[in-house]
Amino acid sequence: MAFLFLLPALAFYLLFTFLPLLHTVWLSFFEWDGITLGHWIGLANYRELLTDEEIRGSFVHSIKLILYYSGIAVLIALLLILVLQRAKPRGLTVFRTMIFLPQTVAVVVVAQAFVWIYAPDGPLNRVLEPLGLDRQWLGDFDTALPALGFVGSWITFGLAFVLFLAGMQRIPQSLYDAARVDGASVWQEMRVVTLPQLRNELAVVLTLTTITALRSFDLIYNTTKGGPGGETRVPSVLIVLNAFSYGRVGMACAVAVVLTLIIFAVALVITRIGDRGEHA
Amino acid sequence: MITRRDQWTAYVVLGLFSILALYPVLGILGLALHTKDDQITGFALPTSFSLETFEKAWTDGNFATGLWSSFIVAVAVTVVSVVLSIGTGYAFGTMRFPGDSVIFGLILLGLIFPYEATVIPLYYDLQAFDLTNTYWALILPQIGLSIPFGTFWMRAFFRSTPKSLIEAARVDGAGSFTILVRVLLPQAKPALLTLSALIFMYTWNEFLLALVMIQDPDKQTAPLGLSFFATATRAGDPTAVAAAAVIVALPVIIVYVLLQRHFIRGITAGAVKE
Repeated sequence: MAFLFLLPALAFYLLFTFLPLLHTVWLSFFEWDGITLGHWIGLANYRELLTDEEIRGSFVHSIKLILYYSGIAVLIALLLILVLQRAKPRGLTVFRTMIFLPQTVAVVVVAQAFVWIYAPDGPLNRVLEPLGLDRQWLGDFDTALPALGFVGSWITFGLAFVLFLAGMQRIPQSLYDAARVDGASVWQEMRVVTLPQLRNELAVVLTLTTITALRSFDLIYNTTKGGPGGETRVPSVLIVLNAFSYGRVGMACAVAVVLTLIIFAVALVITRIGDRGEHA
Repeated sequence: MITRRDQWTAYVVLGLFSILALYPVLGILGLALHTKDDQITGFALPTSFSLETFEKAWTDGNFATGLWSSFIVAVAVTVVSVVLSIGTGYAFGTMRFPGDSVIFGLILLGLIFPYEATVIPLYYDLQAFDLTNTYWALILPQIGLSIPFGTFWMRAFFRSTPKSLIEAARVDGAGSFTILVRVLLPQAKPALLTLSALIFMYTWNEFLLALVMIQDPDKQTAPLGLSFFATATRAGDPTAVAAAAVIVALPVIIVYVLLQRHFIRGITAGAVKE
């Protein structure tokens, strides 16, 4: 009986998500241009992947992006939580709605907004020009990746905040009262009460934001397309380029497999650390 | 024991980051309300209110087609995914059967799954069936991608319904299907609305799949149309790109403002449990 309820959904999931993944693995052992007959080359794509500067560089860029999508976003969200430990501002729902908004806007749209903000004569440079700090943010080798990283922080910090806030509202007030009786400072309250209680939320936020950083296709494709000089090239962009522009479908699939493995590994490690902390 | 100072600190910090969150969205709206020939400064409000730029973007970017495609795809994906997730959620939430935890684990894997990794074989598979350049190429895979969260979400709902309710109906001689339709679903409206809102948003905003599957301009989704329009127009007329961006974002922002509680509940409850 149960299988009757499961079958249609499982069919969609297996056909359009799970089997294509196995197909990706299979194709990664081939040299194939997508049109003519491909041929089996075993692990050659993976060997090349390990030595190719462009591909290795793309994974390094992704890891740097994690710092912004995950690290900076979590720090901002924790700052917001910190000021809420000792305050009950009215209209918190309104603030929450505004801060979460970036999560709902299509990344293609976000990309247009930040291309404008970072433009040579855009709002950011208008503010920085009098100080002599104006730059070609997305065109400069040194600033393109960090500039996109901050867009990532902008996209994810609201998600982190909303999840932390929901977790914080479950923390018993008595824990804070006890800390205050002992004369704890705001920082100590954070360290002793809030952070340990938010361990689950922290694990979820780190997992979700890290995965978002590792994917980041929409943002990069719609801003720099990997430029300038390959400085913002990431694996997801290389997958599409290899498959549909360079005619290297097998290589694209090999990059895809490695990206998937990294994402699964990240999720596993963060969940494990979260679990271990709980039993300690 | 809340001091005035702590209270004001909270207002200032929350306010500052709210502005930061809103600025790019409002900024691009402001830009769109200008025309190409206006002197545009970062923070100035438009001197004259004009929808001229929107008309230009709407026609040149072919957004009537884009919004229509996105609407069809998003509605189809949402409806089918929600119906199928009711089935899986019901099975996992109320029944025990051999292999249930293995199958559930397999489905959960889909929650963290990067579909960047499957889009290539999917393209060649769908091409073999002549399905690229059709709405099917967008609808079918996105149903598959929505099943994991939908299953997870509806399972949590069915587990939270009182067992006694199901028992009572069973004693009255109702079968599984009748119990689902007559007893459980009438209570599921809020959960279903939350799930629908989230799937609709994800589908509406989707970009990569459309980029890979659709070459025919008449089948372009709104985000894909925006991407092409921006590449072609950005240098000549940034205001038109801004207007196009607003057109693409607006439907989801309206849904979000109307249903914001559902969005936030869906994200928080969905992400944190288990």
